[in-house]
Amino acid sequence: MSVTANHPGSAVPDVAGTRPRTQHVAELLFRFRELGIVLALLIVVGVTAAFNYRFVQETSLQQLLSGASIIVLLAIGETLVIVTRNVDLSVGSVLGLSAYLAGTMFVHHPTVPLPLVFLAGLGLGLVCGVVNGAIVTVARVPSLVVTLGTLYIIRGLDATWAGGNQVNAFDLPEGFNKIGYGTILGVPYLGVIAIVAVAIATYAMRTFRTGRDFYAIGSNPDAARLAGIPSGRRVFTTFALSGGIAGVAGVLWLSRFGSVDSTAGSGYEFQVIAAVVVGGVAIFGGSGTVLGAALGALLLNTIDSALVVVRLSSFWSQAMQGALLLAAITFDRLLALRLAPSLRTRRRPSDG
Amino acid sequence: MTEPPAADRPAAESAAGRGPLLVVDHAQKSFGAVRALIDGSIELYSGEAHALVGENGAGKSTVVKVLAGVHRSDAGRLLLEGVEVGFDNTAQSRAAGIAVIFQEPTLFPDLSVAENIFVGSQPTRAGRRIDRRRMRKDAVALFDQLGVKLDPDRPARGLSIADQQIVEIAKALSAAARVIVMDEPTAALTLSEVDRLFRVVDTLRAAGAAVMFVSHRLEEVFVLCQRVTVMRDGRHVLTQPIGELTSQSIIHAMVGRDLDALYPKTETARGEAVLKVERLTREGVFFDVSFEVHRGEIVALAGLVGAGRSEVARVIFGIDKSDAGSVEVNGMKLRSGSPTAAMAAGVALVPEDRRQQGLIMDLSIERNVALASLRRVRRFLLIPFGSERRFASDWATRLQLKYGRMSNAVSTLSGGNQQKAVLAKWLAREPSVLIVDEPTRGIDIGTKAEVHRLLSDLAAKGVAVLMISSELPEVLGMADRVIVLYEGSISGEFTRAEAGEHVIMHAATGLVGGAAA
Repeated sequence: MSVTANHPGSAVPDVAGTRPRTQHVAELLFRFRELGIVLALLIVVGVTAAFNYRFVQETSLQQLLSGASIIVLLAIGETLVIVTRNVDLSVGSVLGLSAYLAGTMFVHHPTVPLPLVFLAGLGLGLVCGVVNGAIVTVARVPSLVVTLGTLYIIRGLDATWAGGNQVNAFDLPEGFNKIGYGTILGVPYLGVIAIVAVAIATYAMRTFRTGRDFYAIGSNPDAARLAGIPSGRRVFTTFALSGGIAGVAGVLWLSRFGSVDSTAGSGYEFQVIAAVVVGGVAIFGGSGTVLGAALGALLLNTIDSALVVVRLSSFWSQAMQGALLLAAITFDRLLALRLAPSLRTRRRPSDG
Repeated sequence: MTEPPAADRPAAESAAGRGPLLVVDHAQKSFGAVRALIDGSIELYSGEAHALVGENGAGKSTVVKVLAGVHRSDAGRLLLEGVEVGFDNTAQSRAAGIAVIFQEPTLFPDLSVAENIFVGSQPTRAGRRIDRRRMRKDAVALFDQLGVKLDPDRPARGLSIADQQIVEIAKALSAAARVIVMDEPTAALTLSEVDRLFRVVDTLRAAGAAVMFVSHRLEEVFVLCQRVTVMRDGRHVLTQPIGELTSQSIIHAMVGRDLDALYPKTETARGEAVLKVERLTREGVFFDVSFEVHRGEIVALAGLVGAGRSEVARVIFGIDKSDAGSVEVNGMKLRSGSPTAAMAAGVALVPEDRRQQGLIMDLSIERNVALASLRRVRRFLLIPFGSERRFASDWATRLQLKYGRMSNAVSTLSGGNQQKAVLAKWLAREPSVLIVDEPTRGIDIGTKAEVHRLLSDLAAKGVAVLMISSELPEVLGMADRVIVLYEGSISGEFTRAEAGEHVIMHAATGLVGGAAA
């Protein structure tokens, strides 16, 4: 859970002696949720490698990382939104539209500078996010409904614009394609981008007031208002950021897959939300970290690949994602129930 | 901290040639048709503790909310050091140097205690980064100042009400405010915590702050405050130095009418025990609670907020599970944790929070009233058209419910009539045990008297009534017996003859042997 995982330097009060050991373990698990996901990740990789050692070869690991990168990026924005007790269902559509925009730019202007393409993707994403944020905060429509609406609207725009067209890898400049498959010191570019983005977002969420405001808003919206937090502005910001990130992710998606049509990124919203929840972000806001969400995305993606290696059908992959989602939520709930009595009775830490 | 004991202090020379720090001048505020504040006026001087007293619904909390920037008054002025101000949100009020401690703690359960204190004003380092180490240190320093040991790193989730209140107070202190408003800060505190709070208030006053103290406990007002403002029915009644007032004169100004009319309790014959609660325990909430309620009797469950009164009621009704002990109704043991079993045995619970727990606000009056009695209304599995209305209007008439049309949403009713609607809903089941939690909170005096008469009539008809109330006059006026809870245990039981404001307050604040007073 974010609360205390957020201040690793602080002393954990020594209460192990006064309470049942299992409760202590439960509390540790609750505090360092990310550790649990890393553990699950290691188990999955280990078991799969036992089936086929090539699963842990360099190229395979590179594939795992760059494959997860896009969802990891989307998960960052989604975490910001969900932490404030909202949800952004439109990320997949924004990604698709942005990817098609980037592809079209290359088709019509083969020499267009790469930064300009990324800026265009960012701008498009920001516009979508701003629309989402404005409707949610100004008109006070629940975000579930708003972003469900924009999910279909943006997808519709994409389909109208693209029609049956497809942009292919040979339309794209080599320098751009390289972003999708190149590596630096053995780490894929996409992986580097995702890691840097996760690091920045994790740091910002726990170090800046705005980040803490997000948690406060999701934890108790009424209290946030009483505490003078500009809730509307903050929620608006999360939607704009989520949109912007999805826009950039769309351009990166194109560089990885090399071709784009009007269906790019469909269904991503649920993969992203599943990753965020598996990563320990509370679906009703207030707690969870970007790092956890990113690890959740990596875990789901790794399981996906692992199932291919152990030759299970893709049906199993979906069922596994669902099962993992339920397991994660049940786990959180059970831990919370286990901890509730100790939080009820524990008034003061032991002296000293 | 080296202030002389509160009682020995000279009365504040409030006006001493300086203007007031804060003035609320004839403020008005309406919510729809309800006029919560008709004439709210109060003047706070630097260095004084000023009590604002009045009955529930007198408009105190509305004044507090206007100061906090939660509501903007419809009319009237707000002056800070002689300059007219108006707050559109709480941030503006805070920026102006006003700190408000609300009656209901407003914490963030997922954030740490330290973060809760400093939310929105965290200490920062270069680059506007939050300085967590300093935040933690400052939180500990504040707790030291308050003389409590609270872990600044634990999440606020699960804190007791008293500890939540401490965090709220620390929050106000951290803001270094010039005006500190406390809305019933002591309601959930133990005596030693109250003492500590009083020392802090004295320190704040010495530093030139003005403290506005909203409280029901007159003894505290006499110890802590230099001046008193009384409100009644949304209006300012009087402002006087405390030295010119007695408890009696304050109560008289607060109530402004004959008490007997408000509490029309009739003597009734006490029958056999209907509700038997034996050694009931819920870990961390209340312990070993045993009592009986007889036919025709009104038993009041008194105590401070957070003492566990509502929690006992919730366990009796089966909303929460008990960890030990039993509940018997008419000789039958109730299954723990089953409201269905409790209802089948003839228990009805009229909850404290009628808007959240008692009514479905968007549903019509008739459907709300019939909701708990659908078994009586339905034919086979269907509910015949109009049957709910016939059923509900019968009960509405009996309770003298004032409504436009039965098909209107229950949210269109006034607070008092909403309460009657909840009562009607449960009385329609003709219960043998009726539990009412704060039955008259936030309703006007006229309706209050009607609710009291209703409860009295029910007892006379043989219903066993268990009443939870924070209002001492109500407890004293209505109850045949009073059971007092303190920190989850029974700390005193008094008959109608024995019960008095002092003995109950003593038991409620944990002074053993309530009879000592």
